[in-house]
Amino acid sequence: MSTLHTVNKSAYERDTLEACVRLAAKGGSVLLIEDGVYSAMSGGSKSSIIENAKGDLNFYVLGPDVKARGIDESRLVDGVKVVDYKGFVELTVENDKVSAWL
Amino acid sequence: MGIEVNGKVLEVDEEGYLADLNTWEPEVANVMAKLDDTELNENHWEVINFLREYYEEYQIAPAVRVLTKAIGKKLGKDKGNSKYLYELFPYGPGKQACKYAGLPKPTGCV
Amino acid sequence: MSDAKKFMYINRKAPYGTVYAWESLEVVLIGAAFEQDVSLAFVDDGVYQLMKGQDTTEVGIKNFSPTYSALGDYEVNKIYIEKESLEARGLTLDDLQHLVWEDEDEDWAEKDSIRVVTSAELAELFEEQDVVLSF
Repeated sequence: MSTLHTVNKSAYERDTLEACVRLAAKGGSVLLIEDGVYSAMSGGSKSSIIENAKGDLNFYVLGPDVKARGIDESRLVDGVKVVDYKGFVELTVENDKVSAWL
Repeated sequence: MGIEVNGKVLEVDEEGYLADLNTWEPEVANVMAKLDDTELNENHWEVINFLREYYEEYQIAPAVRVLTKAIGKKLGKDKGNSKYLYELFPYGPGKQACKYAGLPKPTGCV
Repeated sequence: MSDAKKFMYINRKAPYGTVYAWESLEVVLIGAAFEQDVSLAFVDDGVYQLMKGQDTTEVGIKNFSPTYSALGDYEVNKIYIEKESLEARGLTLDDLQHLVWEDEDEDWAEKDSIRVVTSAELAELFEEQDVVLSF
């Protein structure tokens, strides 16, 4: 059993990503969308959320949302994978269920 | 609502502004001007083209004050004043020229 | 201009996830038409509004980041960025758009609009305002 978690808010504004990471079962996947993608930038005070959890969880960001916000992919935390809309669909298919954290 | 331009009907809102600025072509301005009983000359076109360039760069239609100043900078002080612009566009240089240029109503215009 | 009031708009939200950023920008542009003394502050996730290189073609939302460059034309040339907010996000001034205004009195000389200020400096600026609006 595996779960795809989606987070759509910045970790600098809400604690959604922290809650998701704390409560997600090992081996699960977390897809950051919309303002959630800011949390995947390296060098920030919240970058450690993903850095500390990336051994247990797979992290993805939605490419179109990254581009829209002017974030260069080289700035993402190492190990975070960029997916497009097709990749988003594939992730939902690969996982048994999807949990959208609000 | 719509206006007929080169055999096509283009959608406009209740004030006559083009619904989709991507459907604009120069003939749109001529057709709209005719509805206002105005014949466009090169001075009108200078302003219309300026507005389209401004929108392309900044994604907004400038307020009249900003337009006046920017025209003054680009085309000279004799054109960068409200008397000149109101003579060209008596319904208001912001509203009327933006309409002909296919842009939305200037932000802040009521 | 002696009766001009000092308005400061505080922007605290990232650009596309909510409508606050665009709404704020529209209100600023409308307000600027009334020739008040306007300044903008970008704090918290609001600093993301000014990120360079935004490209929204794939998300189908209007990219309004070019509109910030028009602020100079509207005589909005005091743009404050909170240093602490930038640093917390791993950003530097180089990650943001370069905003300028042209000084008509000095033959349209280009001048920087953006100033990076500390929280303490920003707190003092808030105190000088007649009206502070938060988005």
